Amino acid sequence: MSQLPTFTSMKAEDGLRKALGMPRPDLIAEISASGLKGRGGAGFPTGVKWNFAAAAKADRKYVVCNADEGEPGTFKDRVILQDHADLVFEGMTIAGKAIGAKEGILFLRGEYTYLKTHLEEALARRREAKLLGKEILGQDFNFDIRIFMGSGAYICGEETALIECLEGFRGEPRNRPPFPVNTGFLDRPTVVNNVETLAWAACILQKGSDWFKSVGTEKSTGIKIFSVSGDCAKPGVYEFPLGITVKDLLQQVGGAGAQAVQMGGASGLCVPASEFGRQIAFEDIPTGGSVIVFGPQRDMLDVLHNFLEFFVDESCGQCTPCRLGNRKLLEGVEMLKAGACSMAYLQELCALGESMQLASKCGLGQSSPNAFLSVMKHFRAEFMGRTHGFVNA
Amino acid sequence: MSTPALQDPARRTPASQHSLGIKPPPAPEAIGGQVTLSIDGQEIKVPLGTTILEAATKMGIHIPTLCHHPDLCVAGVCRVCSVEVEGMRTLQAACAFPVTAPIKVKTHTQKVRTARRHIVDLLLSDHYGECYACRRNNNCELQSLAREHGVDFFRFGHPVKPAHEIDGSSYSVVRDLNKCVLCRRCVRTCIDLQEVGTIEVVGRSDRSHIKPFLDKPLGEVVCINCGQCINRCPTGALHAQDYTDEVWAAIDNPAKHVVIQTAPSPRAAIGECFGLPAGQALTFELNTALRRAGFDRVFDTNFSADLTIMEEGTELLLRLKKALLLREPAAFPQFTSCSPGWVKFLEHFYPEYIPNLSTAKSPQQMFGAVIKTYYAEKHGIDPKDIVTVALMPCSAKKFECNRPEMDSSGFKDVDYGLTTRELAKMIHEAGIDLPRMPKSDFDAPFGTATGSGVIFGATGGVMEAALRTVIELVTGKKVEDLFEHADIKPVRGFEGVRYVELPITEVGPVPEILAHLFPHWAFLKGQTLKLAVAHGTANAKKVMEDIKRGGPMSKCHFIEFMGCPGGCIGGGGQPIPTSPEIREARARAIYAEDSAYAVRKSHENPDIGRIYQEFLKEGPCGHRSHELLHTHYTVRGKYIE
Repeated sequence: MSQLPTFTSMKAEDGLRKALGMPRPDLIAEISASGLKGRGGAGFPTGVKWNFAAAAKADRKYVVCNADEGEPGTFKDRVILQDHADLVFEGMTIAGKAIGAKEGILFLRGEYTYLKTHLEEALARRREAKLLGKEILGQDFNFDIRIFMGSGAYICGEETALIECLEGFRGEPRNRPPFPVNTGFLDRPTVVNNVETLAWAACILQKGSDWFKSVGTEKSTGIKIFSVSGDCAKPGVYEFPLGITVKDLLQQVGGAGAQAVQMGGASGLCVPASEFGRQIAFEDIPTGGSVIVFGPQRDMLDVLHNFLEFFVDESCGQCTPCRLGNRKLLEGVEMLKAGACSMAYLQELCALGESMQLASKCGLGQSSPNAFLSVMKHFRAEFMGRTHGFVNA
Repeated sequence: MSTPALQDPARRTPASQHSLGIKPPPAPEAIGGQVTLSIDGQEIKVPLGTTILEAATKMGIHIPTLCHHPDLCVAGVCRVCSVEVEGMRTLQAACAFPVTAPIKVKTHTQKVRTARRHIVDLLLSDHYGECYACRRNNNCELQSLAREHGVDFFRFGHPVKPAHEIDGSSYSVVRDLNKCVLCRRCVRTCIDLQEVGTIEVVGRSDRSHIKPFLDKPLGEVVCINCGQCINRCPTGALHAQDYTDEVWAAIDNPAKHVVIQTAPSPRAAIGECFGLPAGQALTFELNTALRRAGFDRVFDTNFSADLTIMEEGTELLLRLKKALLLREPAAFPQFTSCSPGWVKFLEHFYPEYIPNLSTAKSPQQMFGAVIKTYYAEKHGIDPKDIVTVALMPCSAKKFECNRPEMDSSGFKDVDYGLTTRELAKMIHEAGIDLPRMPKSDFDAPFGTATGSGVIFGATGGVMEAALRTVIELVTGKKVEDLFEHADIKPVRGFEGVRYVELPITEVGPVPEILAHLFPHWAFLKGQTLKLAVAHGTANAKKVMEDIKRGGPMSKCHFIEFMGCPGGCIGGGGQPIPTSPEIREARARAIYAEDSAYAVRKSHENPDIGRIYQEFLKEGPCGHRSHELLHTHYTVRGKYIE
C-alpha cells in the first residue's frame, strides 16, 4: 500500500491523453497556472523552465528526470519511483510534448540500481500500451525514455554536473549561464526536473491547475512529499500541503519535543525549536522534502560534524571555496569539540561560510555552510563553553 | 594562399571546459548585437557574449584571476575573479559570465573583497612551501594575489610538511603537487590546447589531484614533453628539469671544454627574464654574457639549422626523384623532424607515419654531433673533454638529447639542454646584467649564420628556409625574383594550419653540390609543390587525421610541424608568462633579425660549403651525413604497459 494517497488516486494515462490534445503553449500555460515549483528543493517555477526550453531553437531537445536522490535524509523519490513510476514517466512524456523533445533520460542514482528492472518493466508496459515510443496514443508524437545509471556521486544531483555525467565526463557543475534550458545535454536545450516535480506535472494535467492550487500558500502551491527521519515516532514518507508549520508537521510524525529540525537535508537549514512556528514553503523555509528531527538528547555539534564530513567527501573539488572551505569548517568543528577553537577563529569561520555561500560555483558549495551557520546562530550558547581563549590554537 | 577545410576531429574536451556556449555573432556591429553594461559605475558597450572580465579589461579595470589564461578555454574554478552583479544572489565569476543583458557589475564591494580574501587564504592553506625557496619567486600568480589582497598571515593555516612526492621521472617536466592550486590550467593545456591528454583531475573534493594516466610517473606515460603546461602553471607546481648545476660543474672543471650553442627563439625572449618587454632579441649581448659566465665557445644553432635545411631539403628532393623520376613508392608528405615534441607525438599517436618523418636530426643534435667530431678534429680537442650545452626554448629538447640513439659522434652528442629560464637563472647568478652587455660575435668555425636559421624559431620558418634553398637550387633563380626581399609571406602567420601551392614552371641546371644525386631537374618541371604548416599538436592532429582520411593534406609533399603553439618562440622552455601577444612580439623579433642578415639562405652560408668540402665530403645525404646528421625513430604507440 502506497504511503502517498494523492498519487494513488491518480489514473496514469489520463494526464497524457489530455496533454496530447492540447496545443503546446496551452500545456505550458496549464503548468504555469498551477504554480508548480521544482520539488528538488530549488523551487524554480516549472512552467517557466519548460517555456524557456520550448522557446529555444534546436534540432533536438531532451527531458531529463533527476532521480539522483542523494541529499542526506531524502528518500521520497525512491518511494515515488517504486510505487508511482507511471506518473513520473507520464510527466516526462508530457514535458517532452511541451518542449518538443523526443527523448527522455531518467538519471537513476547508483544506489537505486535495484529499482532498475522494475522501472524497465514499467517502461516496457508503457511502450506496449502505446504511451511511449512512436505515435503515442495514435498521435503524431514520438517520445521514448531510457535509464542512465549514476555512479554514486552526490554532486551529480546538480543538474549541470548530471549532464556532464550523462555525456560521459567527470561529474562536475558547468558555468552558468548558459543554462541547460538553452545549452544542456549535448549542447541541446534540456529540461532537468526532479522525480516528484514530473509526477505532479502528470497530476496537474489530469486534475487541472485549480485542483493543484487549492492547497498550499499563494507562492507555494500544492502538496509536497516529505521524507521524515530522525528522533520521531513515525518516520516515513508523507504528503503535506506546503505552508504547513514545522510544529504541525512534527505533531503528525510524532516528533514533538524536538530541539531542532534539519529542513532540506544536509545542505538545508537547521531550525531550532524557537522557530517551529515557521512555515515550510518556498517563501519561508524552502525544502526538497527532507526533515530530520533532532531530539533533546542530540549534541548539535555531532550533527554538524556528520554533515560536514559528508560535504568534505562529496565536494567535486572544482572550485576553491567548496573544495577547501568545507574542510576548514569541518576542522573548525573538530577544534570546537576539542575545546581548541577561539571565538575569533569561530567568527572567521562564520565569515568564511558566508563567502562560500556567495562565491562557490554551484549549489553544493553555496548551501553546504548553511547547516554550520544556522547551528552556530541558534545554538551559540551551547558552544560558548567549548571555545578556547587563544587565537587559532 | 588558401587552407582547405579540415573536418574537426571529435572534441574530447569536457563541455565544462569548452568556451561558453553563447557565441558572439560574427559581425556584432552589423546586426547590432551589442550590449551596454556598467562596471563600477562606468559604462561600456561590448558585443553580446563578451565576458565581464573581457569588458573590464577593455576599460582598464583590474579583476584578479588565477585559473583564467588567455590561451585556454574558460574554467571558472578558482573563483578569485568573483564580482557582484546587481540583482543576483551570489557572486559571479567574471571570467565565465557572458554579458547578454545590460547588467550592473561591482568589482570591489565588501562582499567581493571578503570572498576573494577568503579564497586566497584557502589556497594558501593548501599550498606548501615558502616563496623564497621557490623557482617561481617573483613570477608567481599566487604570490601576486596574496600581495594584492594584503595577506599578512595564514588565516586558515599553512601546510608544514609536503604531502606529495615530487615526480622527477621525466627528462623534461617536473611535477610538484605540493604547490598545485588546482587551477587546472595544465589539464586544459594538455587536453584542450595540445590535445595530448596526459593529465587529468583525479579524485573528488580536497583529495582531487592532477595525475597522469593510472597515477604513473610522468616519465612513463604518453607525454610529449612539450612543456606547455609549465608555461601556463601559475605557481611552482610545474617546472622543467634543471641542469644548471651540472653545467656550472662543467664550467668550473678546467679539464672540460664547454661549448654552448644558442637557438634564435631563446635569444628573442630571454630579455623578458631581465625586465625587458617581449620582442627584444639579445643575441649578441648574450654572446658576451656567456663568455663572461665561463663558456669556452659560443656557437649559433643557426649554423646547424642551415645544415638541417641542406639535409632535409635534399631528402625532399630525393623523395621527389624517387616518386617522379624512378617511379618508385616514396613516403609523402615528408614531415619535418626538428621539433622533438612533435616527433614524440607522432611516435605515440601516429607511429604508422614514421616513414614520413624526415630522418634529418634537429639542429640541436646535428650541432652536437658536428662539435664532437668536426670541431674536435679541427681544433685538436679530445671529444671526451668537450661538454656540449644547448640553449633551447624547449623542454622536449632535454628528452631529445637523452634519446639513446643520439650518440653518433661516439659520445652523447649534446650533454645538456638548457631552457631559456635556466640560462637566465645562471646569468642572474653570475651577476651579469644581460641587457647592458656589449655585443660580440659568435665563434668560428661556425661564425656565419643565415637568416634562414633564425626563422626556424617561428611557425612556418623551417618551411620558408627550406623553400628559399630548394627554389634556388632547383630553378637556378633568385628567391627575391619570386618573393620580395625573399620573404615568403604566405607561410608566415599564426593561423593553425596553413597551406601553400608553389608551381615549378621552369628548372635550372643541377648545382654542383647535388650533382652526384640528381642528373637533371626535368622531372620537377610543371609540378606543383604542395606545402603545409601546422603548429601546436592540436593542429598537427587535425592535419594527421586529414591525411588518414585521404583529405587535401595527404596530397602535400612537405609539411612543417611544430609541437608548440607559435613554434619554438612559444616553446615550453621560454619565459613565463606566455600569451598570443607575447608570442607575436617574439616572432617579430625573429623576423627582424632575419631581415638584418647579409646571408639569408642556408646554401649560401660559406661555413656550410666548407663543412661539406672539408668534412662531410659526399655532399648532403652522403654517407658521413647519414652517419652523423640523420637518425631513426621509435614506434611507441599510445598504450602503456
